[in-house]
Amino acid sequence: MVATSFDGVIMPTAPRSGRYSVFAIAREALRQHTGWQRAWASPQPRDRYKVVIVGAGGHGLATAYYLGKNFGITDVAIIEKGWLGGGNTGRNTTIIRSNYLQDPSAAIYDKALKLYENLSQDLNYNVMFSPRGLIMLAQTEHEVRGYKRTVYANNLQGVSTEWVDPQRLKELVPIINLDGPRYPVLGGLYQERGGTARHDAVAWGYARACSDMGMHIIQNCEVTGVETEGGQVRAVNTSKGRIGCDKLAMVVAGHSSQLAEMAGFRLPIESVALQALVSEPIKPCMDVVVMANTVHGYLSQSDKGEMVIGGGTDGFNNFTQRGSWHHVEETVRALVETFPMISRLKMLRQWGGIVDMTGDRSPILSTTPVGGIYVNCGWGTGGFKAIPGSGWAMAELVANGRPGPLAEEFGLNRFREGRFIDESVAAGVAH
Amino acid sequence: MLILTCPYCGVKAEETELQPGGEAHLKRVGPAGSDDEFEDYMFARKNAKGVHFERWRHAYGCGKWFLAARDTATLQVYGTYSAQTPHPPARIVAAIRDVHPDWQPDWTETAGADAE
Ligand SMILES: Cc1cc2nc3c(=O)[nH]c(=O)nc-3n(C[C@H](O)[C@H](O)[C@H](O)COP(=O)(O)OP(=O)(O)OC[C@H]3O[C@@H](n4cnc5c(N)ncnc54)[C@H](O)[C@@H]3O)c2cc1C
Ligand SMILES: [Zn+2]
Repeated sequence: MVATSFDGVIMPTAPRSGRYSVFAIAREALRQHTGWQRAWASPQPRDRYKVVIVGAGGHGLATAYYLGKNFGITDVAIIEKGWLGGGNTGRNTTIIRSNYLQDPSAAIYDKALKLYENLSQDLNYNVMFSPRGLIMLAQTEHEVRGYKRTVYANNLQGVSTEWVDPQRLKELVPIINLDGPRYPVLGGLYQERGGTARHDAVAWGYARACSDMGMHIIQNCEVTGVETEGGQVRAVNTSKGRIGCDKLAMVVAGHSSQLAEMAGFRLPIESVALQALVSEPIKPCMDVVVMANTVHGYLSQSDKGEMVIGGGTDGFNNFTQRGSWHHVEETVRALVETFPMISRLKMLRQWGGIVDMTGDRSPILSTTPVGGIYVNCGWGTGGFKAIPGSGWAMAELVANGRPGPLAEEFGLNRFREGRFIDESVAAGVAH
Repeated sequence: MLILTCPYCGVKAEETELQPGGEAHLKRVGPAGSDDEFEDYMFARKNAKGVHFERWRHAYGCGKWFLAARDTATLQVYGTYSAQTPHPPARIVAAIRDVHPDWQPDWTETAGADAE
């Protein structure tokens, strides 16, 4: 029963990280916390796996988890060029909601939300899911009409959302200034089940569960080439050598075009920077998430008390994880008008991530021109909320070699056939 | 902030003065094109990490479309040039090769590119 090596130390295979519980905390408290194990193993790669997943962000890790859980496929390696969760998964503003307009979107985002509701129990890892409610402000007449339409669509889809008038909104968000004058608040689209979760914990929780199933998470290992033979994938070349595989899932967000190029095809994706910033921590002042799409800003308060602020994307292709300053300036300037009290806050940190944008602002879960290669990308500015649903649907696609009902509409062929899933309004602002 | 010099009016324009227009030098496919060609033209993009040729409009200036060569991995600007060229002119290639000596253009030379 000894197999997996934790950074060179030989550990028993099961139980690996051990179950987390109140009893575990009590036990460890009594022995000075000396018994905690690493949450996941750091093995050397084997020379082949049944499934290789490139990218240990939330979507790659969730794909691996549901391959194991739903299909019993555990001969899986997840290959990550940096550290797991260090891409957009660890850089986002953690907004979770499922109030999209089109039916295929509602299906996959609401599946994700339902899985989030029970994710901490499922993973035995506290992902700090906080369904604190989410409001999208209507600050123009167009938005009033647009969001009322979304409410009707959502209710037909079985996704409960409601239209709230300014008075109710003020009760939900006491720090809001309704009067404008530039951006008066005319009402909002409210999803009570929406909220936030702890982004790192989502990645860590899935990683731990995958490692416990015997899957290999290989960090600091960059995929540099894809080997194909007769239109079928054979292996990937990496900075740690060649790794053979029967199936290959590319789940690399902003680097999807680069991976696709290695395998000889192109994608309808452009990579751009999206930025966020956080303020110094303050006392609790806002217990819902607020998105203001007209002014391209969104705001929530983290458990630590920081105001978490996100803005819009840059207009040009970029791989540097740095964005343009004027976006930050515009976002903050507009939010200050709607939330005057934040004008006194000092901003602590600002950062960027490289997001993978499609023309219709919907993701791609698809087979590709190469046999055995599957892509999951195009989540752009809004894929954190989708992680569990995307992983679920992607596992189905990889295991069966064809999409199930959740992924079906999101194939690459939708561009060729002009069957867009237009979410440019629902996703109007980055989130 | 990204700063590009408009090749028409010569203004050093800040990003807020410009409108981005995506990948440059796309070959237009007409009604006679196949579905494959059309899909490629409409949607497939290089999205290069490194040297990238792209369209910009001097929106709050002379209003004209021009082209820029930029590095998406470093944000270095190699230069801007007229939109009336089938591919980037020699001085742009030279500016790129100053930084990436092994860089190879993926087009075949045609007459008229250097007329700018
Ligand atoms: C500032 C910001 C705010 C956001 N806010 C929200 C929000 O509030 N709500 C929401 O739902 N979404 C939000 N998003 C979007 C969300 O973060 C992403 O859609 C989601 O995290 C994508 O997850 P992923 O697993 O696909 O990608 P990532 O987490 O980026 O993971 C991809 C991984 O692939 C690795 N990789 C790339 N190339 C290679 C290679 N050659 N070899 C090996 N590994 C490789 C990368 O290192 C990376 O770790 C935001 C994004 C940003 C940047
Ligand atoms: Zn000009």
